[in-house]
Amino acid sequence: MERFASLIDGLVYTRSRDTKVRLIADYLRDTPNPDRGWALAALAGTLSIATVKSTAIRAMADDRFDPALFRMSRDYVGDTAETVALMWDQLPHLSGTSPPTLGEVIDLLNNASRARAPSLLAELMDRLDADGRYALLKLASGGMRVGISARLAKTAFAQGFNLSVDDVEEVWHALRPPYAELFAWGEGKTERPDPSETAFFRPFMLAHPLDDGTVDLADYAAEWKWDGIRIQIASTGSETRLFSRGGDEVSGAFPEIAAAFKGIGVVDGELLVRGEVQGGEAASFNALQQRLGRKTVTAAMQAEYPVFVRLYDILFDGADDLRAQPWHQRRSRLEAFAATLDPARFDLSAIIEARDFDHLAAIRGGSRDAAIEGVMLKRRNAPYLAGRKVGLWYKWKREPLVADCVMMYAQRGSGKRSSYYSDYTFGCWGADGSLLPVGKAYSGFSDEELKWLDRFVRNNTIARFGPVREVEKSLVLEVAFDAVHESKRHKSGIAMRFPRISRLRRDKPAEEADRVETLKSMIG
Amino acid sequence: MWIDPSRPADRALVTHGHADHARSGHGKVWATPQTLAIMELRYGTEMGTPIAYGDGFEERGVKVSFHPAGHVLGSAQILLEHAGERVVVTGDYKRRADPTCALFEPVPCDVLITEATFGLPVFTHPPIEGEIAKLLAALEANPDGCIAVGAYALGKAQRVIAELRLAGYHEPIYIHGAMQKMCELYEAHGVLLGELVMATGLAKGELKGKIVIAPPSALNDRWARRLPDPVTAMASGWMRVRQRARQKNVELPLVISDHADWNELTETLLELRPSETWITHGRTDALGRWCELHQLKARALDLVGREDEDEG
Repeated sequence: MERFASLIDGLVYTRSRDTKVRLIADYLRDTPNPDRGWALAALAGTLSIATVKSTAIRAMADDRFDPALFRMSRDYVGDTAETVALMWDQLPHLSGTSPPTLGEVIDLLNNASRARAPSLLAELMDRLDADGRYALLKLASGGMRVGISARLAKTAFAQGFNLSVDDVEEVWHALRPPYAELFAWGEGKTERPDPSETAFFRPFMLAHPLDDGTVDLADYAAEWKWDGIRIQIASTGSETRLFSRGGDEVSGAFPEIAAAFKGIGVVDGELLVRGEVQGGEAASFNALQQRLGRKTVTAAMQAEYPVFVRLYDILFDGADDLRAQPWHQRRSRLEAFAATLDPARFDLSAIIEARDFDHLAAIRGGSRDAAIEGVMLKRRNAPYLAGRKVGLWYKWKREPLVADCVMMYAQRGSGKRSSYYSDYTFGCWGADGSLLPVGKAYSGFSDEELKWLDRFVRNNTIARFGPVREVEKSLVLEVAFDAVHESKRHKSGIAMRFPRISRLRRDKPAEEADRVETLKSMIG
Repeated sequence: MWIDPSRPADRALVTHGHADHARSGHGKVWATPQTLAIMELRYGTEMGTPIAYGDGFEERGVKVSFHPAGHVLGSAQILLEHAGERVVVTGDYKRRADPTCALFEPVPCDVLITEATFGLPVFTHPPIEGEIAKLLAALEANPDGCIAVGAYALGKAQRVIAELRLAGYHEPIYIHGAMQKMCELYEAHGVLLGELVMATGLAKGELKGKIVIAPPSALNDRWARRLPDPVTAMASGWMRVRQRARQKNVELPLVISDHADWNELTETLLELRPSETWITHGRTDALGRWCELHQLKARALDLVGREDEDEG
């Protein structure tokens, strides 16, 4: 556990990507199984300890510390795990117990009941120093937050054992922590694991934004970009599994899709809700999002929002790997494959027929379907490749809507932003001349702008409610958003979809900000 | 008569030389000889009456005396006695041994006016030996670069240098120009710092494998471009919190503070058991809450101009 803690510590303070990769690679080479496998899982985000939730950590804190002192400390530090790890020094310590190994920690926590978990965690805390406690709590609660992506963790593994990261990626999702087979392969003791008997995730092909560019439609096919949940379906015939963007299995959340899929192979598509409810109403998208996180769903939920998958691409037809083939060949295989599926649950994403790019722009501009986010452009001769590759796929989103709003409240961020007021609630003018909150945003500004906003909040605070500050209603923020919906939960009667700060309008007087009525006219 | 007035005052008692406590422009100043020397260095000639530790004077029936606070060279607590009642103003203080200044002396009192810069239970400053060992280990691991340590020019820089010497490091230590005069002042007051060399104007190659000490503001600035592959270190009590260190682009956080940590603050209160405690700058809310839990009478005293000036 100490080596893992010092790895985490090193990663926290290292800025250079190459140095991070080297630190992880060295650790993975020099640490025995199963510790290194658990560490790799923790860094790649594939470790989940079911018995420890963040509530367990809070319960442990409440048990040991004065709640008021804990809250003040948590507000300052900005991170529950770190606060508990630091405050633990105030407690009397047992001496003479040796620190646990990483493998021991995982075994103990995995075998503990949910009720026993907090006290077990506390016992482990007593055996560690401040760095060890921090690593333990981060490990136990998931989310190491040390600036490592899953991709970087795999890259470090590949580099540590002189493998290609694409070769690692290909089998990664079929393997489970603590990855004994992976290390055996890395050390040259066995061949690469062969997972073809199981239904597992292959990394998605992703798109770059088109921005202001154009493409020649002779080289690129256009289709709609649907506003649902990107999903991959993998089936061996005996087993069918669904995966979300990040490779998380979501079969349990959408059992009707898994049950209806009768093909053998791997396809890529968008999960949508049938009928009027899709898109028009934010609640339906939220319903899909909420199902995403569930292990099981009720029949009532399935009936309320009938889901289906609109297919974009095919990766495997039976055992036949089509990924190296050009898009147009995969497209004809997909059309044939889709024809064999239940039309109530699966259809094809249509190709947009446009004469040229200007014609396509006109079609895109005229699309008012709320389920359409924009247009996808796919290079006709491109293979299906993992990740974002330059020049192959583009997403061309619809222009965002914008409104000028007035900052009303601000709250401190988490993590790197814990000392900054970085979450802003803003409002527009109501019919009676009062400001009504219309949304909340915490992105879209530069680091420089964040510093300025933070200063603005501190210098213009008129009231404090716990971590929230109310500010002088004087700063106009231009807010960009994808759509606006009616909402009964908000006093203003509307809710924005994906709002972000597009500009600071320090030049504009607050009285000239937009009215709620103007936003209501954008509902569509 | 004022203590550490933030605006020019006719008569000022000054606890120590940091800029948020010792301002220029007062009419008459009482402070320790070391603090007066620091004020003279920073502000030019100051009218001042030196008061040695343990000494004092009487003014309109109030007896004023100065006692070691252990914060930086010359730092003092001020004891006021009147009609049998004793009030102590700690100024900034710490309880740990520090080779650059006199050790804090607990002064029994009825009212304690205490600082609370690190008045949150997350702040436990580890023993300084371990932090100095981390610095020396980083130096050894980076023979082709240098370790650039951010430290305040008054107090922290000299303490880090003196502790490095105690740990057996006797190579020349390279300093930023802004620190030279203060280091000379420390030496003149008997704090031995060993061989110091100005880092300014040296070729990159000459700083390889060396320790360079500079004010924190210089480390993320153009000044640092002269350094060969520097590992950025920072000596401050705030380094205890990871995200704080990350925000400041620190790669080697050294938790070294000249302020009392949570345990020192609370243990001092338990030791002195004043009948009343006033909490000045820092986390008045948390220390106040702790007093409440321990049935000690306390209140927060809001002071202006005591934020972000002198970082722990």
